[in-house]
Amino acid sequence: MKILCTVKRVTDYEAKIRLKSDGSDIETDGVNMIMNPFDEIGVEEALKIKESKGGEVVVMSIGSDDSIQQIRSAMAMGADRGILVRAEADMDSNTIAKIIGKVVTEESPDLVLMGKQAIDGDSNQAAQMLAENLGWGQATYAYKVKIEGEEATVTREADGGLETIAVKLPAVITTDLRLNEPRYASLPGIMKAKRKPLATKTLDELGVTPTNYVVMKGLEEPPAKAAGQILPDIATLVEKLKSEAKVL
Amino acid sequence: MTKHLIIAEVQDGKLHNSTLTTLGAASKIEGPITALIMGASSNEAATVLKDYAAKTIFVNSSALNDRLAQPYAKVIAEVATQEGATHVWHGATVAGKDIMPRVAARLDAGMASDIQEVIDGSTFKRPMWAGNIIGTVEVTSPIKVITVRPTEFDKAVGGVGGELVEANIDAGDSSMRFVSFDAVKSDRPALGDARVVISGGRGLKGPEGFKEIVEPLADKLSAAIGASRAVCDAGWVPNDWQVGQTGKVVAPELYIAVGLSGAIQHVAGMKGSKCIVAINTDEEAPIFQVADYGIVADAFKAVPELLEKI
Ligand SMILES: Cc1cc2nc3c(=O)[nH]c(=O)nc-3n(C[C@H](O)[C@H](O)[C@H](O)COP(=O)(O)OP(=O)(O)OC[C@H]3O[C@@H](n4cnc5c(N)ncnc54)[C@H](O)[C@@H]3O)c2cc1C
Repeated sequence: MKILCTVKRVTDYEAKIRLKSDGSDIETDGVNMIMNPFDEIGVEEALKIKESKGGEVVVMSIGSDDSIQQIRSAMAMGADRGILVRAEADMDSNTIAKIIGKVVTEESPDLVLMGKQAIDGDSNQAAQMLAENLGWGQATYAYKVKIEGEEATVTREADGGLETIAVKLPAVITTDLRLNEPRYASLPGIMKAKRKPLATKTLDELGVTPTNYVVMKGLEEPPAKAAGQILPDIATLVEKLKSEAKVL
Repeated sequence: MTKHLIIAEVQDGKLHNSTLTTLGAASKIEGPITALIMGASSNEAATVLKDYAAKTIFVNSSALNDRLAQPYAKVIAEVATQEGATHVWHGATVAGKDIMPRVAARLDAGMASDIQEVIDGSTFKRPMWAGNIIGTVEVTSPIKVITVRPTEFDKAVGGVGGELVEANIDAGDSSMRFVSFDAVKSDRPALGDARVVISGGRGLKGPEGFKEIVEPLADKLSAAIGASRAVCDAGWVPNDWQVGQTGKVVAPELYIAVGLSGAIQHVAGMKGSKCIVAINTDEEAPIFQVADYGIVADAFKAVPELLEKI
């Protein structure tokens, strides 16, 4: 079984995100960069499937050379090889899906595992677009994945409960938080990752022209909330909820 | 010329509230509204829906009873093309997030996810970085696909009394098949609709904390119960209760956060609440920065007292 995982380099979820003083972009100075946590869950799931079924785990990222760090992290966890598609940072999900689609055509994986969303843009689009472009089925927000023969049975985190669907392979699956707990890379894993094959490609080589269907016009910080009050006791709270906030 | 197509969401045969807020959002852009509703058990919801749109298209097909992204996207895209829709809308629910990017890809259209504000016919504001940053995005493709954050818009008023037409559209071949649904059973209001939400975190020590501390207060206030990721992960409560960046977004009149720290990912899902109360033993907990009223106390003492005094 061959699995393709996508990994995106994003700001650390623990970082306090602020705008640069000129408002042009977010301030990344001094902000730690990590692998999108949902992608990490995807890599872990791919490794688990490989451990039980055999096969190969390929990781890809789209971005500058900086993204090699995230590809190496995935390889340190155990992925077999990496692909970096060198591209400008600002691209819409349509373009991202097209790029991944080209890599899928070259690699012919049985399964593509992606994070359900990147925690920077929070768009939650690329995987579904990819599945549609390929004419494949999809299982988003996976809570449990079982591969049996030519089919994946996936339990999904849906509104109101857990939904189980079956999807024919090849397919696109996106991960939710509770699918697994990603392993830490071991020291030998990290050493080995340095020697694992990493290919780089350009958009020209893949034949993708970026679309600009979704253009970023500006970023702002949400208005700060007025400071609240620490109240001495529950009686005061009940009083305030009744007479000040009028919510009781 | 703008032409809206609103995709309705049906849950247990009823029209989902998010469809009404989505209609509310679409009405900010001038143009005729057509609604699309699917599935053989959506009769009742279709009659409700026609009061909100000049035209309601009902694809009454049992092939669409299970809400699977692949056939849904095919049917939605075909209707959008037939109708000449310029704006295709859905609530930013789990279903909307699952289906609509496929629709966008099929229509070769750009998509704005989870919008919180309509600026003009092609420009929208949406939260990014767990709501730390608000981005303004312009969708430049001729067709625009949009999902709407339900908490940020008022419901449409209805009273339109539009026409209801049945359409027959082939759902196509699908590589996806529904297997089962394990519903979280609850008599409480849905998280997204409740006037009061009480959320618990790791400070409640275990599932018993939810039972003994949160539930009685929720009963009294007819509140929905939410939770932090940490306690959903730990299996204390259903996953479906998670509030936050990657869980549900809520904006009730009153949100009571009990024994949860207020991590940015949690706050992303509740900071739009009208009034926020935090109960936490740690006066430094970040939840106090978003709370209107804070009580620095042990939840196991404070909540029963609150229950008694309310
Ligand atoms: C990619 C990603 C996505 C995430 N998405 C979400 C999300 O959608 N929603 C979400 O909630 N989290 C999310 N998280 C997790 C988030 O970062 C926090 O880890 C989580 O919200 C913490 O849960 P908590 O507040 O219950 O636990 P803790 O942070 O451990 O807080 C427990 C709190 O309880 C207090 N306490 C302890 N005992 C008592 C007592 N007796 N009485 C009163 N107070 C007490 C403590 O002072 C503390 O503040 C996400 C994380 C990542 C990495």
